[in-house]
Amino acid sequence: MTDGATGPVGLKVTTADEPAADVSATDAEKSVLGRSPGQLAWMRLKRDRTAWASGSALVFFALVAIAAPLIERLYGKGPLDRFSDKLDGNGNPLGYLGGVSSEHWLGVQPRLGRDILIQIVYGMRTSLLVALSAALLTIVLGVVIGILAGYLGGKVDAVLSWLTDLTLAFPFYIFCFAFVPIAVAQRYGPTDQEASWFRPLLLIVVFVLFNWTYSARLVRGQVLTLREREFVEAARASGAGLGHVLFRQLLPNLWAPILVTFSLNVPALITAEAALSFLGIGILEPTPDLGRLIADSVNYVRDDPAFTLTGGITLFVLVLAFNLFGDSMRDALDPKSDR
Amino acid sequence: MLRFFIKKLLLAATTLITVSVITFGLFFAAPNNPAELMCGNRKTCTPAQQESIARRMGLDKPVAQQYADFMAGIVKGRTFGEGDAMRECPAPCLGYSFRNDEPVTDIIGRTLPVTLSIVFGAAVVWLLIGVSVGMVSALRKGTIFDRGAVGFSLAGASMPILLFGPLLLIIFVYETGWLAYPSYTPITENPAKWAAAMLLPWLALGFINSALYARLSRAQMVETLSEDFVRTARAKGMTKFRVYGKHALRAAITPIVTIAGLDLGTYLGGTVVTETIFGFTGLGKASLNAAINLDMPLVMATVLLAALFIVAANVIVDVLYSFIDPRVRLA
Repeated sequence: MTDGATGPVGLKVTTADEPAADVSATDAEKSVLGRSPGQLAWMRLKRDRTAWASGSALVFFALVAIAAPLIERLYGKGPLDRFSDKLDGNGNPLGYLGGVSSEHWLGVQPRLGRDILIQIVYGMRTSLLVALSAALLTIVLGVVIGILAGYLGGKVDAVLSWLTDLTLAFPFYIFCFAFVPIAVAQRYGPTDQEASWFRPLLLIVVFVLFNWTYSARLVRGQVLTLREREFVEAARASGAGLGHVLFRQLLPNLWAPILVTFSLNVPALITAEAALSFLGIGILEPTPDLGRLIADSVNYVRDDPAFTLTGGITLFVLVLAFNLFGDSMRDALDPKSDR
Repeated sequence: MLRFFIKKLLLAATTLITVSVITFGLFFAAPNNPAELMCGNRKTCTPAQQESIARRMGLDKPVAQQYADFMAGIVKGRTFGEGDAMRECPAPCLGYSFRNDEPVTDIIGRTLPVTLSIVFGAAVVWLLIGVSVGMVSALRKGTIFDRGAVGFSLAGASMPILLFGPLLLIIFVYETGWLAYPSYTPITENPAKWAAAMLLPWLALGFINSALYARLSRAQMVETLSEDFVRTARAKGMTKFRVYGKHALRAAITPIVTIAGLDLGTYLGGTVVTETIFGFTGLGKASLNAAINLDMPLVMATVLLAALFIVAANVIVDVLYSFIDPRVRLA
């Protein structure tokens, strides 16, 4: 085989490896300075183009979600404003691609006549709020359970592991169907108006209750190997309490898997939240939400396919950005990857 | 071996009973009034109506008694109410849906085949596409095909069915008119019509999962190919086809079968989103409707059934695995 034939592939690999090799060489020279694993991971992340692209997308989405009221003012339309003059007699939007115009950048919703762009902006706000808070609480619960089960072992471990298996046996979506209406009926009478914060809160609770298992198992496994190490023994020998050993000695060694799990859990939760709202169990009218927007758009998929695709593509891009960033983060934090 | 098997079964039974107790508690022992929830129109429900519902469903008895009745009903069948309002619920009785005025088992018997058809067809699609794409890209690691496959699996794994399902409808039904909007026909009635209706859900669910399976099987195969036994087999002159197609494939595919088994169990409990998008009334959709109508006996039965599928899939996978890999039995 000529050099040229292996060229493209070999070339690609070496260009990816070369700067890494350079850096590790300079690392070795400068190792007097010393670099924490965190700094190393950050350096790897900064060199990763996918991480840059997906990271910027995430920052953009976050800014849009945070600045939603500002965007509303600049754009001049609220999420609940109706523009019936943009619809024809049948309630379908006038013009092409679901009524896209200089006034309504992504068109208007059929029948309701709401502006789609501002719906998506506010919908993303709901999605991100629910998914991020649920992911955060999930990881906290998972880490606490995992670290306790792994470190204490014995009966505690047996009970907590059984609890994990039990939770995994619950069918998530179907159990939500059972749980959410009952919880709502519990708090509100048949004629009461639900408060707008109640459903998002309920969703967060359900997500946390059923999602902690993965991080708990992961952390437990890590702790099982860590607890036999000398530094733990040293801490115990010098009279450290349980809390100190768990959260000051063990926890700092677990940051890498925790961060990766967290960042890959967020897109999964965004999808789940959208699915539940799509099914009418999650976020309700009038709170703007991506899943609810897609549920509405599916009714008009024949006459206004652009509307359906707009909502779906937004969800896709959001999830994709999180997944790509999570993958890059895993590569960066993995001490074995020498990229 | 037998001991391992019995231990697994006992554990599964304990889990299922706990799930049933928790679900039961949620419905019938929660501080809200189940009779009021199940009353036709909650806004106009009179206390007298509530009382009659409570009596018919046995809600006036102590909760422990209700649970015992429910469990006994699964084995022996039971009746609800008396006189004209008496309803027969033959074994295995999972409750009686007063909303639909029929035993829950009848509704499940009608909707479960729909879900089974969707899930098994989709599983064939995702295993075929996923595993073959993954294997080929592992064998051609670093080529354009491999990079394309990695890109496909990254994008596909993020693709929400909320986008992909409607997209298929737009392309195949509304724009080109190649397919009619799906409507379920039982396979026993007309297999061709059944398959035609299932085509879109198979594609939708199958494609989305195939991305994950492609990723998984590529990783497994890459790892297996770097093992010594593969090099030894090649070095002693075995053909590529035999080494990769038989020896390496068998080693790489075991964990994939495990995951496929668990996924199947989860999906059998209901593929609600797929069913909703394509307008099928499967187990998941029936459960969703029941939840929205507060038809509690039906919701509870579907939760239990779905949990049964998950637990059963776990046991089956564990037992199968112990046949393949004896180390598991000793652990």
